[in-house]
Amino acid sequence: MAFDLNVNGASYTVDVEPETPLLWVIRDNLGMTGTKYGCGIAKCGACTVHIDGKKVFSCTTKVSAAVGKEITTIEGLSEDNSHPVQIAWIEEDVPQCGYCQSGQIMAAAALLEQHPSPSDLNIDTLMSDNICRCGTYSRIRKAIHRAAEIAQG
Amino acid sequence: MTNFEINRRKFIVTGASAAGGMMLGFHIPAHAAAIMDEPWMATDGGQEVNAWLVIDPDNTVTIRVGQSEMGEGVFTGMPMLVAEELQCDWANVKAVYADANRNARQKAEPYMVAAGAAKETDGVYQRMSTGGSGAVRRSRIYLAQAGASARERLKQAAANAWGVDRSVVTAENGILSSGGNSGTFGEFAAAASTIQLESEPAIKTPDQYQLLGTSVARLDTPLKVNGAAVYGIDTQVPGMVYAAVEVSPVPGGRLVSYDFDAVKDRPGVMAAYRLGDGGIGTLNFNLEEVANRVTGIQSGVAVIADSYYRALTALQLMPKEWDAGGHGDVSDTSIIEAALEALANPDDPTYNPADSVGDARAVIAASSNVVEATYVTPYLEHACMEPMNCTAHVTADRADIWVSTQNPPRSLSVAAEEAGLPEEKVHVHTAFLGTGFGRRLRQDEVRQATAIAKALGEPVKVIWTREETTRQGKFRPYSTYHFTASTDADGKPEAYWNRIVSHSIFNHQIPQFMQDGIDGQAVEGLDERLPYAFPNKQVDYAIRDSHLPVHWWRSVGASQNAFAIESFIDELAHAAGADPLDFRLSLMPEGSQFRRPLEMAAEEAGWTTDLRRGEGMGIGLAEAFGTVSAQVAYVTVSRRGQLRVESIDVAIDCGHVIHPKLVEMQMESSVVFGLTAALYGEIHIKNGAVVEDNFDQYQMLRINEMPEIRTHFALSGGDKWGGVGEPAVPPVAPAVTNAIFAATGKRIRRLPIRNHDLNA
Ligand code: FES
Ligand code: FES
Repeated sequence: MAFDLNVNGASYTVDVEPETPLLWVIRDNLGMTGTKYGCGIAKCGACTVHIDGKKVFSCTTKVSAAVGKEITTIEGLSEDNSHPVQIAWIEEDVPQCGYCQSGQIMAAAALLEQHPSPSDLNIDTLMSDNICRCGTYSRIRKAIHRAAEIAQG
Repeated sequence: MTNFEINRRKFIVTGASAAGGMMLGFHIPAHAAAIMDEPWMATDGGQEVNAWLVIDPDNTVTIRVGQSEMGEGVFTGMPMLVAEELQCDWANVKAVYADANRNARQKAEPYMVAAGAAKETDGVYQRMSTGGSGAVRRSRIYLAQAGASARERLKQAAANAWGVDRSVVTAENGILSSGGNSGTFGEFAAAASTIQLESEPAIKTPDQYQLLGTSVARLDTPLKVNGAAVYGIDTQVPGMVYAAVEVSPVPGGRLVSYDFDAVKDRPGVMAAYRLGDGGIGTLNFNLEEVANRVTGIQSGVAVIADSYYRALTALQLMPKEWDAGGHGDVSDTSIIEAALEALANPDDPTYNPADSVGDARAVIAASSNVVEATYVTPYLEHACMEPMNCTAHVTADRADIWVSTQNPPRSLSVAAEEAGLPEEKVHVHTAFLGTGFGRRLRQDEVRQATAIAKALGEPVKVIWTREETTRQGKFRPYSTYHFTASTDADGKPEAYWNRIVSHSIFNHQIPQFMQDGIDGQAVEGLDERLPYAFPNKQVDYAIRDSHLPVHWWRSVGASQNAFAIESFIDELAHAAGADPLDFRLSLMPEGSQFRRPLEMAAEEAGWTTDLRRGEGMGIGLAEAFGTVSAQVAYVTVSRRGQLRVESIDVAIDCGHVIHPKLVEMQMESSVVFGLTAALYGEIHIKNGAVVEDNFDQYQMLRINEMPEIRTHFALSGGDKWGGVGEPAVPPVAPAVTNAIFAATGKRIRRLPIRNHDLNA
């Protein structure tokens, strides 16, 4: 079946089964590999993308449910690492292996939309969907606070 | 199928879509080329001065990295080792991977080998594995030599051009100068590459370092905040198809039958292959054949389709029948009970002595003050963030392997063997690793993908689901420990007797490493390496293996041994009514390398035993890979038994530090890794198969449970160069369980912690 998708502001048509997870469509059909597979069951956050500005797990979102919506992946967050979360991530040296970081960054960007000056409790609540096996959690926390500062100028 | 051309020099894809877009009529994304630009792969142009470095006319220095970037920072630290000597401008340095194929074809320069210790291959890059916390400590000498040699050649080239002696030419920040003459490295690189020095320069001593010891920005960070870093699982090759695999849930079991007809008409499905056992690929777990135990594949089946999701769906729907291979009644309980039975019988004939001082058995038998305890640690899986995967393309005269590997030369030799090609014809394209933790040293996924690609004749990306990755882990062994100590009336130990029964990694896969029945890794930190001195001491070891494949897991034997010994020392301190810190220090011999890190961790943590009920501090200590790490955990336990690890102070003596921030990051990473295992880690076996399969069951520490971690450097300098990737894992579990004891009086003797009710 053909589905029209809007990803990072561009239109694509893909021919896949309706129940195909958005994750695999983004990765295999659209060739955007920044969005990662970690668990496939909404338990690690590696596949986090935004749909209409809200964070979702692309591994458990069917492609058919994403039609007509604005999908943003890590590749679409900024052209040049200039999103406040990306700037803060670089300043605080967050990534180690980096595999989880697309998901962490997308989750953090969504968090800041909801809570422009987040508390530690907001971070605990909204970032605990995302696993980091490298244990970058304290740097993530610092970087989210820093990104909030950057965003507010 | 479609003809395709793989760019032979660079691992890049331009224009063409993923998934054989043309072939399958998918939409071709216009920007695929942009996001697949991979600056960490080999560069064209520029002048190679030696195998490690290339200098471009614009003075860009490209440094080749033999180790694999899996978060530990080798893409920054290894280039620093070269750049320190080269004296180029760090702002102009780029890191790329060294080429394992070249390493297979070209021998190392004699002068490099003479200077370098610990080479693993004869190849030009000498050592390309990443493990044993060895990146800096085992490669630094030949990397420094490569930089120093290049610097002196550049100086000589300038000296020749200017008609002066090399001794009056200086090299700083990528600029050569002498008197009124100056020029860039880039200008003299071509001439330098032809120069032979009469003798190679000496490398710097740590007091001369200018770049090393500073926390320069990681070179890989910008790629890791926008999705640009490519991991093995992200590989895209024109014409590529996908494989989903499932192998026997019981290691060593076999696939009896599968019904491909039931799924072969599903969309995109192309083929199915039986793996091993009459099918393709060299089967593992023929326990008679040691060589196959490590990299061999398990009996199973692969389904090939034009997208991963289609392959996976067909695989999951396809009827299959399995045979447990005689292991169908094994459980984790049965395995550990067998070990505990051996542990309970000191006269079991399978024990071998690992260390012996005086006559501990006799002293204990005659004593009336005896303290005894038994500890158990479970099997664990690595849970790499990136599930296992490998992309392969095998033709009659060439094989290409794209993989997140901790050992590219090993990937290469396994692929060569499986493809039936000489090593020179195999090209391994190392990607970034979504963590490794030891799992990605094993290469079983490389063998499996090579076999599938060879049968198929097309490039194929094999991805294991998270479930398959966990179930088909190569597990950290379980281990069991019994300790008996006798003390005088004041609680001062007189004799110490420790028996260890475990599943041995060496016995399973490298039996030639066994020494007189002892697996040196299984008794790490417990034999003569024990931090504490006893007038009488006996350490005995016995093996009780199971059918599970076992493997190195970040910090290996120390990962569990430290929990046992540091818990028992705490129990002895408690029995003696002594402060656990003072008690440890009192047992350390004169000049002990453990003393200073322990004192520093205690001081920085504000060590005290004078806390309210529900609060506690605990100590953990270990040496691994040449580095001592001492930790103090501070925990709180609520009345309802809710544990919170509030903080962990880590003091580390790795001798020297080349990048303090990378070390701090490794300490944080190690603590999280150790704490995850201590709190939650446990692999269960039921009917011979692994029970846990995904993160809903195999639980990971998350941000809301993160303690504050403070790193302190207790550096002894001198000749000591210890590793930093692993040594801070082992002390975490005992620091936390000892703190729980201080807070609650509950002694945890079996991990993980979550199985224990801490409710007062
Ligand atoms: S892959 Fe989607 S949450 Fe883990
Ligand atoms: S940075 Fe490696 S898993 Fe998070």
